[in-house]
Amino acid sequence: MNPAPSVIIFTTLSGMGFGLLFWLGLGLPAPTGWVAFGFFFVAYALAVGGLMASALHLGRPERALKAFTQWRSSWLSREAIAAVVTLTLGGIFALTAIFGTPLAPLGWLVSLGCAGTIWTTSMIYTQLRSVPRWHHWTTPAVFLTLAGGGGALLANQGLAALVLLAAAAVLQGIAWFTGDRRFARSGTTLGTATGLGERGEVRAFLPPHSGSNYLLKEFVYVVGRRHVMYLRIIGMSLAFVLPLAILAFGLTHVTAVVAILAHLLGVLCLRWLFFAQAEHVVGLYYGARRTA
Amino acid sequence: MNQPKLDLSPRVSDEVRKTTCYMCACRCGIDVHMKTGPDGKKKVAYIEGNRDHPVNQGVLCAKGSAGIMQQNSPARLRAPMRRTGPRGSGQYEEISWDEALDLAVSWLKPIRDEAPEKLAFFTGRDQSQSFTGLWAQAYGTPNYAAHGGFCSVNMAAAGIYTMGGAFWEFGQPDWDRTKLFLLFGVAEDHDSNPIKLGLAKLKERGARTVGINPVRTGYNAIADDWFGVTPGNDGLLILALIHCLMTAGKIDAEYLARFTNASVLVDQDPKSPDFGLFLRDDDLQPLVIDSRTGKPAPWNGQGVEPVLTGKLRRGGVTHLSVFHLMAERYADPVHAPETVADRVGIPAARIRRLAADIADVAFNQEIVLDREWTDFRGKVHKTMVGRPVSVHAMRGISAHSNGFQTCRALHLLQILIGAVETPGGMRFKPPYPKPATAHPRPHSRVTPGQPLDGPHLGYPQGPEDLCLTPQGAPARIDKAFSWDAPLSAHGLMHMVISNAHARDPYRIDTLFLFMANMAWNSSMNVGGVTKMLTDTDENGDYVIPRIIYADAYQSEMVGYADLILPDTTYLERHDCISLLDRPICEADAAADAIRWPVVEPDRDVRGFQSVLCDLAARLALPGFVNADGTAKYADYADYIQSHLRRPGVGPLAGWRVGPTGLQHGRGDPNDSQIATYIANGGFWIKHIPDEAAYYKPFNRAYQDWAVETGLFDAPAPYIFQLYAEPLRRFQRAAEGQGDRQPPDHLRGQMQVTMDPLPIWYPPFEDAHVDPEEYDLHALTQRPAAMYHSWGGANAWLRQIHGHNPLYLPTKVWEKHGFKEGDWARVTSAHGGITVPVAHQASLNAHTVWTWNAIAKRKGAWALDRDAPEATKGFLMNHLIHELLPPKGDGLRWANSDPITGQAAWFDLRVKIEKSAAPSEVQPVMPPLDLPDRDTPDRLTWKVGPS
Amino acid sequence: MTQLPPPSSVKLGLVIDLDTCVGCHACVVACKGWNTENYGAPLSDTNPYGADPSGTFLNRVHSYEVIPDEGPAQQVHFPKSCLHCEDAPCVTVCPTGASYKRAEDGIVLVNESACIGCQLCAWACPYGAREADPAEGVMKKCTLCVDRIYNENLPEIDRTPACVRTCPSKARHFGDLGDPDSAVSQLVAERGGFDLMPEQGCKPVNKYLPPRARDTDEVDVLAPLLEPVAQDGKGLVAWLDKALSALPKGGRA
Ligand SMILES: Nc1nc2c(c(=O)[nH]1)N[C@H]1C(S)=C(S)[C@@H](COP(=O)(O)OP(=O)(O)OC[C@H]3O[C@@H](n4cnc5c(=O)[nH]c(N)nc54)[C@H](O)[C@@H]3O)O[C@H]1N2
Ligand SMILES: Nc1nc2c(c(=O)[nH]1)N[C@H]1C(S)=C(S)[C@@H](COP(=O)(O)OP(=O)(O)OC[C@H]3O[C@@H](n4cnc5c(=O)[nH]c(N)nc54)[C@H](O)[C@@H]3O)O[C@H]1N2
Ligand code: SF4
Ligand code: SF4
Ligand code: SF4
Ligand code: SF4
Ligand code: SF4
Ligand SMILES: [Mo]
Repeated sequence: MNPAPSVIIFTTLSGMGFGLLFWLGLGLPAPTGWVAFGFFFVAYALAVGGLMASALHLGRPERALKAFTQWRSSWLSREAIAAVVTLTLGGIFALTAIFGTPLAPLGWLVSLGCAGTIWTTSMIYTQLRSVPRWHHWTTPAVFLTLAGGGGALLANQGLAALVLLAAAAVLQGIAWFTGDRRFARSGTTLGTATGLGERGEVRAFLPPHSGSNYLLKEFVYVVGRRHVMYLRIIGMSLAFVLPLAILAFGLTHVTAVVAILAHLLGVLCLRWLFFAQAEHVVGLYYGARRTA
Repeated sequence: MNQPKLDLSPRVSDEVRKTTCYMCACRCGIDVHMKTGPDGKKKVAYIEGNRDHPVNQGVLCAKGSAGIMQQNSPARLRAPMRRTGPRGSGQYEEISWDEALDLAVSWLKPIRDEAPEKLAFFTGRDQSQSFTGLWAQAYGTPNYAAHGGFCSVNMAAAGIYTMGGAFWEFGQPDWDRTKLFLLFGVAEDHDSNPIKLGLAKLKERGARTVGINPVRTGYNAIADDWFGVTPGNDGLLILALIHCLMTAGKIDAEYLARFTNASVLVDQDPKSPDFGLFLRDDDLQPLVIDSRTGKPAPWNGQGVEPVLTGKLRRGGVTHLSVFHLMAERYADPVHAPETVADRVGIPAARIRRLAADIADVAFNQEIVLDREWTDFRGKVHKTMVGRPVSVHAMRGISAHSNGFQTCRALHLLQILIGAVETPGGMRFKPPYPKPATAHPRPHSRVTPGQPLDGPHLGYPQGPEDLCLTPQGAPARIDKAFSWDAPLSAHGLMHMVISNAHARDPYRIDTLFLFMANMAWNSSMNVGGVTKMLTDTDENGDYVIPRIIYADAYQSEMVGYADLILPDTTYLERHDCISLLDRPICEADAAADAIRWPVVEPDRDVRGFQSVLCDLAARLALPGFVNADGTAKYADYADYIQSHLRRPGVGPLAGWRVGPTGLQHGRGDPNDSQIATYIANGGFWIKHIPDEAAYYKPFNRAYQDWAVETGLFDAPAPYIFQLYAEPLRRFQRAAEGQGDRQPPDHLRGQMQVTMDPLPIWYPPFEDAHVDPEEYDLHALTQRPAAMYHSWGGANAWLRQIHGHNPLYLPTKVWEKHGFKEGDWARVTSAHGGITVPVAHQASLNAHTVWTWNAIAKRKGAWALDRDAPEATKGFLMNHLIHELLPPKGDGLRWANSDPITGQAAWFDLRVKIEKSAAPSEVQPVMPPLDLPDRDTPDRLTWKVGPS
Repeated sequence: MTQLPPPSSVKLGLVIDLDTCVGCHACVVACKGWNTENYGAPLSDTNPYGADPSGTFLNRVHSYEVIPDEGPAQQVHFPKSCLHCEDAPCVTVCPTGASYKRAEDGIVLVNESACIGCQLCAWACPYGAREADPAEGVMKKCTLCVDRIYNENLPEIDRTPACVRTCPSKARHFGDLGDPDSAVSQLVAERGGFDLMPEQGCKPVNKYLPPRARDTDEVDVLAPLLEPVAQDGKGLVAWLDKALSALPKGGRA
């Protein structure tokens, strides 16, 4: 898939933002006054900034409100609603915290909303059978643990961060390991795509147009294998290894900033891979994947 | 559930205007839907096929539907232009029509008065040749032809000399009845929609199609069987089929005896002056043996029953029927499948199987129609017997130096089994059938200030009909109808520029071209030709002094002319698709059509034919001015309605004026004829009665119908010429007989190639280059969705074909270790190109190919300079030369068929090697600097309200 | 109405015959022409005369090669537009309700005035049947020419999709695949029409007819037909003389 900056930034930032808000809702930490303002400001900047970035992706952003209507079937609609409800509740909760009287049950609700929002975000991708790499439980698992871990880093929850980031690293590993094989296992091949598979080896000969088109630009993005390997190593190191090492040695103000920035860059890198490596089955029609 | 309410019956258009498509030469009928745009003007909103039209019956191809983008292309010329920079620079100034026409007259008038042959007037694939030819004839130059010489004249001439009609636009399979269809060397053809409609019918009925083509795409992809023949060898394959059928006795002996000259007696005495010529009676009619009497009788004698295997000894000379010669030749094992299989690239068993299929369908599955008909000998036949095998072929077999004979061989195959003009076989479309002898002979006698002595083009019957000067030199600038190409019935457009540049056979002054992109895709040796167009002599003058060019778009050729006459688009002008020319007939009907201005031009452009009427009047050409010197035709529409070619016969056959009212075919001019055509959907059609629908050349009812319809003036039945006597006459000249003698260097070749019975010989290039070194054949094909170079200016079509890789067969792909995205250096004996490659498995192992004419020169067609057409698209033409490489005999032989002069595009041999990817295709020609155009960054084309 | 309606009994769709499609792109351009002038916003073309022209098309034709275990490689032309799936994932993912499947005939459409151009429906479609139009910012897709097939301003015979009307090889058929007796359903039954990517679970309404067997000209069956009657020209003439004299006079008359 086309690794569009808007979606990469959206999922990364809003993941961390809702992750932070999740911990704040749980009262971990439970700041008040200006400190609370600071924490909530960071959480909102990330979450809302991410959502705004996602609006850049829209062809008709001025109609964005229509996206709240289809919660009965659409994960994107559900996500929009979850995000807005969570942010609204979170806003009230933030006010109570800033003014020194955090309402704990409201906070728990906000945390639940954060988890829900991240889950709905992840389900937008997970639901897509057309992208076998995403169509798997590891997608929400990675999204949730990453958001939780990143949020914990920001929330200064060392142990939680340690546990969640370690879990995220393992889950990411599983996602890659299984994901690399999932397209092949999905059973969708150029043979099934054309229905010609039983007659012999099918190969794409002429594309419909000699030039490019929407489908090629949006769905047929090819990353070199080597490139992937380097990016995986970099992503893993930045998102997990470095922060985990710092966490293991204990956080200082400086090292926390380093850990957070490393993590953020690492997640951006992982998200780039998440999109860039995701192969849409439509690519088969364009001969993007050779199959027997 | 609140699904929006839709308007399911929106207004489709304000008006439908019915005219004829011109996005290619197929002549489909179109419904042009007009809507009023925001500016209050009616605009073209949508184009679809005309359901009532005989050619396309409602369907439309990609090009036809994209006509709307041709109509709004920024590449359209806007006004007449005069060159201001050097030729090839592309620098012009716009001038008025008066200036343009004055300039043209100032060039054309003096040469007409002194030496009209100094004008060379050549046109492209327009269908107004009966008009442009008339103009050139009135002007008086012998140097006129259209594009047929580089296109498919082998097909046309072989068809007309053999059976009085060609596949090329004038023949079609009996789609409703055929059971086995063989398609040789066709990608698109001029009959593109009819062929597709026909294939659909075959598929619906489960009839079998066999594609014989080195490349398996398009029609060949849906063929049930594919014979991936090695290029240039179809003749061998066909003769092998003939061998199998003849030795098995699977021939239609009766059809051969009655309707072909297989029964005609030929002089077989090598010492006789008429050796190899027909035995004739005092009326010069060829003789057959009449089985009723056992005596010779004229072929067309009433009641004569010709004997196929006749023999006669007379005056000490043995005469044998043509059939004896055929049997002798084709039963010979040199033609056996086993002998030719390797060269043909098809296993002998498959060739035999194809022959068996033909035999099976022809003789075990014959069709009998209960229709009585009477032949020209007066014999009444109770039924029409069909051998439902049909054949179609085009440039794949004709664009070779052995193409004429290969096409002849293919006709022999069809006729041998009785499958021409019989149910289920191949059928002619009016005005054909019409034998070579019923066509004019070529004319070339020039008188300063006077018209030519007759029509330029025709069908020579022997050396006496050649266009030679009294000194024996070619009379025409293209050397058509000279010893180099005696039967060059369509002229040799591809030789005009190089001969004019070489001043061989003489100098010309003005080269006048109409819709032919001769500086690009219609030239061989593009680099060389553009040099010839810009070359100067010792005084610094251009070697070709003046060039006038009429185009509708900013083509490459526009960059090389001194004066540009901008044409309208096809939706902006009058045209007639006439029975005098290349009409819209079907096998069951005569039909013709018009174009008319469904939109008014929004530029200072004029229909070229109207401009010719104007020029002719200014030059006072006979036939184009009244007695008082005024213009006879106000414009082309006026010509279409009022011109008379013969008494009662004009450009359009429908709705002419008769004694009792309107009538069809013959009649006086009708000044509301065009209006009537418009009211009737843009065309006229007259059906052939059932009893006249088959056996047309021999069928009295058809002959009478054709006379009544004005196709000819008296019945002219004939028999198929399996043995082509005109060829034999040239062969005899080459043997030293007669007073018109070929140059010595041509004698040997003529004796071999001008064989009166179909033969095969290797393509000439094989003898001029080393086939081991140049181990691959290189071809081009027309893409269905693009018409030569024009489609490049079309925003929709250029997205489908914006560049073109060279397709390589698996063996070559693997041998060189090519990978996707690789480039190759491709070299012929003449030149080299570096181009992108792609892999194709369904391809003959010795063949590479690409799409034709996708490439564009930088700066042309109003495209950005970095358009893919210019950076990744390439022309095969750089590798092809109009002359063959020297072979050490001190001569340069033409890269053409030696009989018709047909350009041998597909004889090309190349070698290939992997190359590093250059930044763009090589060679790179410098950009043309044609006037800038407003090209939008985005199109959102909608006429009606959004 | 992003949820799918209950399955309709009428299922309008296309049947595409891979045995007859010659890959001519006529349907592609007719579709572009009709739909740029009609339903919704025009189908735009970006950089139409430049280096990277790229436009919105609702129907595109691919070509594939099939390399069988035995015999020469084959080529199959393959047009593809929206398949108007019964379980259309493009509809259910749509957050705005702009994508919907018509309850009465199953046509899947985009209500352009509700579309926010999030492109999720295009991601969800496994077939690549949707294209976001960059000029209009909304999603475009095959409408099954809903503004033709019921259009009372058109003669009855023309109430068929533009691509079907134009196809010169008659490789495209339109009809009700919900009615087992319809011509299209019969064609599917007779010719073994199939679904694309059945494993994706979209249950496409459009069906494809497989190419018929190719290159099946095995040797020998008809070989006796070519049994020689003579070995050379003279023999052939002699044979013919004999054969002809055995025929009743006048032959086929
Ligand atoms: N869409 C479209 N239609 C067109 C045109 C166009 O540009 N575009 N051009 C028009 C014009 S001017 C013409 S002349 C006609 C030409 O129509 P076609 O005759 O169909 O012309 P080509 O595309 O040159 O195709 C030649 C075919 O012959 C095959 N071939 C080459 N060499 C051999 C051989 O030795 N043996 C056999 N058996 N096959 C061989 C090639 O693979 C190719 O398929 O098309 C007309 N129609
Ligand atoms: N390598 C290779 N080269 C080939 C062939 C091949 O098979 N292989 N085929 C050959 C054959 S058969 C042919 S016919 C030629 C075709 O080659 P050309 O005859 O050069 O054909 P086109 O490119 O179609 O167009 C000629 C010109 O007509 C102009 N034109 C279009 N519409 C109009 C109009 O309405 N009025 C006027 N006045 N001009 C108009 C176009 O702008 C263009 O400049 O190419 C030949 N060249
Ligand atoms: S085949 Fe196509 S381009 Fe040619 S006349 Fe017909 S519709 Fe027009
Ligand atoms: S118009 Fe018909 S034959 Fe041509 S590509 Fe489309 S479906 Fe195939
Ligand atoms: S083909 Fe794609 S766009 Fe059409 S209904 Fe099916 S999933 Fe939706
Ligand atoms: S792009 Fe439009 S139709 Fe598609 S999912 Fe988004 S809102 Fe719905
Ligand atoms: S049905 Fe209409 S919209 Fe769909 S592909 Fe055909 S022409 Fe295009
Ligand atoms: Mo041509």
